[in-house]
Amino acid sequence: MSCALLLLLMSLALAMGTGAAVEIQRPRGVPLSKRQFYEENKPFTCLDGSSTIPFDRVNDDYCDCRDGSDEPGTAACPNGSFHCTNAGFRPAFIPSSRINDGICDCCDTTDEYNSGATCQNTCREMGRKERESLQIMAEITKEGFLLKQQLIHEAKRGQEDKQGKLTELQGSKKGLEEKVEALRTVKETAEDPEKEAKERHLKAWEEQKELLRMEKDKTRMAEAFLELDDDADGYVSVAELQSHLELDPDSDGSLSETETQVSQGQSEPPAPVETPQEESRDFVSDHDSDHYPEDYAGEEEEDVEDDEEDDHDEEEEEEKVTPEKREDDEVSMPPYDTETQSLIDGTYSHLQSLICDPECISICRNLEKEIGFDFGPSAEFAYLYSQCYELSTSEYIYRLCPFNRVSQKPKFGGSETNLGLWGQWAGPEGNLYSVMKYDHGQGCWQGPNRSTTVKLTCGKETVVTSTSEPSRCEYLMEFTTPAVCQEPASLDEVLHGHTEL
Amino acid sequence: MNSSNSILGLLWLAGCLSGTWAVDRGNFKTCDQSAFCKRQRALKPGQSPYRALLETLELTNTKLTLQLINDNNKVRLLLELYRLQGNMTRVKINELKPLKPRFEVPDVLINDPPTEPLSLLSRDENGVVLSLGADSQRLIVSAKPFRLDIMEGREVLLSLNSRGLLAFEHLRILEDGMWEETFKSHTDSKPNGPSSISLDFSLPGVENVYGIPEHADSLKLKATDGGDPYRLFNLDVFQYEVFNPMALYGAIPVMLSHSAQRTMGIFWLNAAETWVDISSNTAGKTVFGQMLDYVQGSSETPQTDVRWISESGIIDVFIMLGPTPTDVFSQYASLTGTQAFPPLSALAYHQCRWNYNDQEDVAAVDQGFDDHDIPYDFIWLDIEHTDGKRYFTWDPHKFPQPKDMLQGLLDKRRKMVTIVDPHIKVDSSYKIHNEIRSKGFYVKSKDGGDYEGWCWPGNSGYPDFTNPEMRAWWASMFAYDQYEGSMENMYTWNDMNEPSVFNGPEVTMHKDALHGNWENRDLHNLYGLYVQRATAEGLIERSGGVERPFVLARAFFAGSQRYGAVWTGDNAAEWEHLKISIPMCLSLSLVGVSFCGADVGGFFKSPSTELLVRWYQTGAYQPFFRAHAHLDTPRREPWLFGPENTALIREAVRQRYALLPYWYQLFYHAHHSGQPVMRPLWVEYPQDTATFSMDDQFLLGRDLLVHPVTEEGARGVTAYLPGKGEVWFDVHTFQKHNGAQNLYIPVTISSIPVFQRGGSIIPRKARVRRSSSCMEHDPYTLFVALSPKRFAQGELYIDDGHTFNFDKQKQFIHRRFSFANNALSSRNLAPGSQFTTFSWVEKIVILGASKPSKATLKTHDGKESQLEFEFDASMSVLTLRKPGVNAGLDWTVVLQ
Repeated sequence: MSCALLLLLMSLALAMGTGAAVEIQRPRGVPLSKRQFYEENKPFTCLDGSSTIPFDRVNDDYCDCRDGSDEPGTAACPNGSFHCTNAGFRPAFIPSSRINDGICDCCDTTDEYNSGATCQNTCREMGRKERESLQIMAEITKEGFLLKQQLIHEAKRGQEDKQGKLTELQGSKKGLEEKVEALRTVKETAEDPEKEAKERHLKAWEEQKELLRMEKDKTRMAEAFLELDDDADGYVSVAELQSHLELDPDSDGSLSETETQVSQGQSEPPAPVETPQEESRDFVSDHDSDHYPEDYAGEEEEDVEDDEEDDHDEEEEEEKVTPEKREDDEVSMPPYDTETQSLIDGTYSHLQSLICDPECISICRNLEKEIGFDFGPSAEFAYLYSQCYELSTSEYIYRLCPFNRVSQKPKFGGSETNLGLWGQWAGPEGNLYSVMKYDHGQGCWQGPNRSTTVKLTCGKETVVTSTSEPSRCEYLMEFTTPAVCQEPASLDEVLHGHTEL
Repeated sequence: MNSSNSILGLLWLAGCLSGTWAVDRGNFKTCDQSAFCKRQRALKPGQSPYRALLETLELTNTKLTLQLINDNNKVRLLLELYRLQGNMTRVKINELKPLKPRFEVPDVLINDPPTEPLSLLSRDENGVVLSLGADSQRLIVSAKPFRLDIMEGREVLLSLNSRGLLAFEHLRILEDGMWEETFKSHTDSKPNGPSSISLDFSLPGVENVYGIPEHADSLKLKATDGGDPYRLFNLDVFQYEVFNPMALYGAIPVMLSHSAQRTMGIFWLNAAETWVDISSNTAGKTVFGQMLDYVQGSSETPQTDVRWISESGIIDVFIMLGPTPTDVFSQYASLTGTQAFPPLSALAYHQCRWNYNDQEDVAAVDQGFDDHDIPYDFIWLDIEHTDGKRYFTWDPHKFPQPKDMLQGLLDKRRKMVTIVDPHIKVDSSYKIHNEIRSKGFYVKSKDGGDYEGWCWPGNSGYPDFTNPEMRAWWASMFAYDQYEGSMENMYTWNDMNEPSVFNGPEVTMHKDALHGNWENRDLHNLYGLYVQRATAEGLIERSGGVERPFVLARAFFAGSQRYGAVWTGDNAAEWEHLKISIPMCLSLSLVGVSFCGADVGGFFKSPSTELLVRWYQTGAYQPFFRAHAHLDTPRREPWLFGPENTALIREAVRQRYALLPYWYQLFYHAHHSGQPVMRPLWVEYPQDTATFSMDDQFLLGRDLLVHPVTEEGARGVTAYLPGKGEVWFDVHTFQKHNGAQNLYIPVTISSIPVFQRGGSIIPRKARVRRSSSCMEHDPYTLFVALSPKRFAQGELYIDDGHTFNFDKQKQFIHRRFSFANNALSSRNLAPGSQFTTFSWVEKIVILGASKPSKATLKTHDGKESQLEFEFDASMSVLTLRKPGVNAGLDWTVVLQ
């Protein structure tokens, strides 16, 4: 019978432990730190002070203390706990309800002393394994931390670089704006009806010369873009800008000389695109998402249509700003000076389009956005920006593009599903940068929009190690990166701390 | 589980259009859309064409037979009357010479009910009077129009065809080819033409009728005038609504009537689609036969009229004459058997979800319970665990090593349930399908080919479970060497056994599908019972007949209680659904099915934290205690809602575990004598009219009264404590309250109002561990709640918890605890049994006690010792410290 007198048994477990030299007598289940409260043959006072009982009622398999402290070694108290010494491993407290329940909980087997369960002492083996894994972890952490320092360094340089480019671009844009302003004056002058036409012609030609010079500026700007492109490794918007430079003047069809010059000025082939077109779309989308997050609730047809509509709106708005004006100008344009007039108009609108060029604006915005991102305390996560990492499972290919989006594509055909767009850092307090949250993914039937939690762990490689869907449409991704490696405590310290057990 | 994916699209569309979340009523027939119901309901009362041909009367030792004639068409019926042992009357009516045999329900009665002789008291041209034996009960057969009256003394208990609604559509030769019936896109060929039957019952003096589950409605059945009748037709109803008479997953055609004077039952043994009309006519306007006029002087008598309508088969009615609720339970149990005695662990807590994704998920959830110190016994796997919805298989990627997983659970003394549904994927590389097809075991379509329908796996066949050979084969598939990856700690769940056919009429099987010679029309409501039966038999056989099975099913019929547990199907995470779980399970309890539960948390949608906590608190005090959730809902394991809510749920589950000895004893009684575990108050307080329509609280056995908090944001509940002169003790505070009062109880989110009846003794196990198996040898604490007369009685039942040895070898302990004359004793209730337990009595808590000067324990060997005790004068609670006696032995404690 289990009521059979569970007397004060000396802690046999300690004797079995190799590391512990001294046998210390204390009631079963009492940790060393509380030994002084259990003095043999003296009345025992419950640790909460609620009552005092004869010492023979300690561990007598009946709960006398409200806090359970009189039964550290039996299951009698519902709120009690049992201390396993676990020599060779880590000591532990288990709930009293796990004493003699037929299941081995303490690696030193001390919790199952009267249940008939056959438990093996696994403490030394577990200790060894833990030390091994700690050692491996420590090595990873060490190397990872070194890599992290590098990342921080590079991030700092990259950041400065980008800030420089942005300043340059903004400056160049400002220059263009000034020119346009000047040209506008010219234009207005030119549009003065039938007054001193020749002078104006002359002036216009001077302006045209000026314009040629400005085109050289523009070429320099394009080169600046290209330069930037190299730095940023596959910047799509630049590519689009290039194609734009080619195409937009074509459609205008008025500045042929200048256009030729521009083409000649381009040293590289028209589309030195390093990233596939579709990704470029993604990128632009991402930029838009700041303004239209609801567009990304899903990628169903409806939403796509919405996107297109929104794009239309933008275009329409732009048209309202410039081309309408141009139409007005055309109406009021004196008919006899067509050549000059068209030249001026062409140049003007082209420059205007350069300044207001959505691609150009996009580059600036993206730069601003990137610079504004929270890449961690030391920007150690900056290297993940504009990268994507994939994990292939039996059914799907999962794709994590940090600070952008998470997606899932069936391996054997079918469209990609958006599992969430970059939301925020979502780690617990004190460890904010250990978890990324991506939300507002494609909607689920009767459920929430898809979202993904990315758990970051220290590793030498940057890689997605696992994905799961613990709850419908709520994904979990494990991701290793050196950027989360903490400065390692010295390995000796780590191991020392544990061998003491 | 489960929704019907293939109709999801439609429903989703419907949901978008209406913007509401509800059942799509258009998918299911109203009485008007069901041709036979419409025809039958159109009949007017008081015009019965049936006449008894008294000259054909024959009386034998066992029965009376008599022919009836329909004066309109001259078709003759054969009436058989039986007086059954245990105060029951059976009335059978069939065509005298049907064109072909009509279906009579097999396999529901546990035997041919033993009869007692009827004797003829008097006879004239108007009718005959027969004696039903005891209590001056008489059966009066009136000839024109035909009617039956059962009387006791001068009181009419019940009349048949008193409103003249007996209608028997005789089988005919196809005349005009107009027999087809179409509902939505489905056509029912009805090759046998109209074959429906109907009979009315009048219950003078009765205002309350109950039963005929399954409906999401109040416990007390409502009058159906002006609306649809209650429908009994096993259907997979997607997102069912509460408080309406629509058919649901199961059907038990048993109704109980109750008044302060008497409880009776009507068991309408018919497995076809059935509708039940109820009208309450308190003015008592029904015209009685001449012979009865002198009896019924008053027209004030309240009366309930009931009418049963079934699509095919015969009239076969068992009238259970009570007179007490207990008697009716025994009578019904003698006909259809009692609740299967579940393994003890099945009464503990079950953790389910559609779906636990893979082995790692199962391990993580298992560990989660340990990490948060919440007990559980079973973890469940829904359909996604299979290899492409092929039951008896495992998904090779998600569950590559099922035995490792099961062993992991076994190591923690826990168990698993996997789902095995009765629709079989039509796939020539699937062994189960190939065998069923080659053996010809599938249900056939009207054209004779294998019937196929759409369900989870896509195109599916439906094994003909009505075929005993099929059932035997199915059972053999649960053998450990057949069901690969199965182990002894793995049990079974039969879902979708209505059967659910996504593309069938009303999401079920075509009525003209064939089970051997019979149409699905004839036996539709019986299919689910056979599925659960075959599965339960499989689990028994795999252990060589040693182990008790545990099988949960969604569809059921009368007799299903013999095979396992049922649940209320795909409910929703709404307060209304929490509330309705009480009357739904009470209704089932009244008609034999004690092992009932609702999905804790609600299946569809996501519960608020408060609703989830309240549902755990309610579910902890309902028989089948399982949390379940739809695939599309966020995870809701108990620890996902913050530490406070984890603690609340832990406490509710722990209360369940502590009370398992009492639950086990109640289930032993349900198994042994057919008494329900969960009871409406009127069952124990039959004369207290205040209790007759109560369904927001209930009793467990006789001794615990539970009033769960089911209102959002509740600050208090008003519980009714019955019993004039009785007292009730709050089980948490030990506060004493008087009976026969409405008690307002202020509540917080941690409150679960539960009261123990003064006069009872309830055993508990205070040492709650991580599973019920871990608590097997733990000691008991006895809670003795004294009546005002300082008396109390209780029981304790112990056996091995999982085998049939209690039955086959009488290996059990059954003790009677009595407190009287200041002495508490334990005596053997089952001298012929033997069992040894390690459990002992660690504590005795006496509520409503006075302080003794000493407490003396006398053990079975005559030794005496003094017990220490504590007395709490403010609450009058006496706690006796550590008697230490073995729970299986005699002992007495005397207080002085």
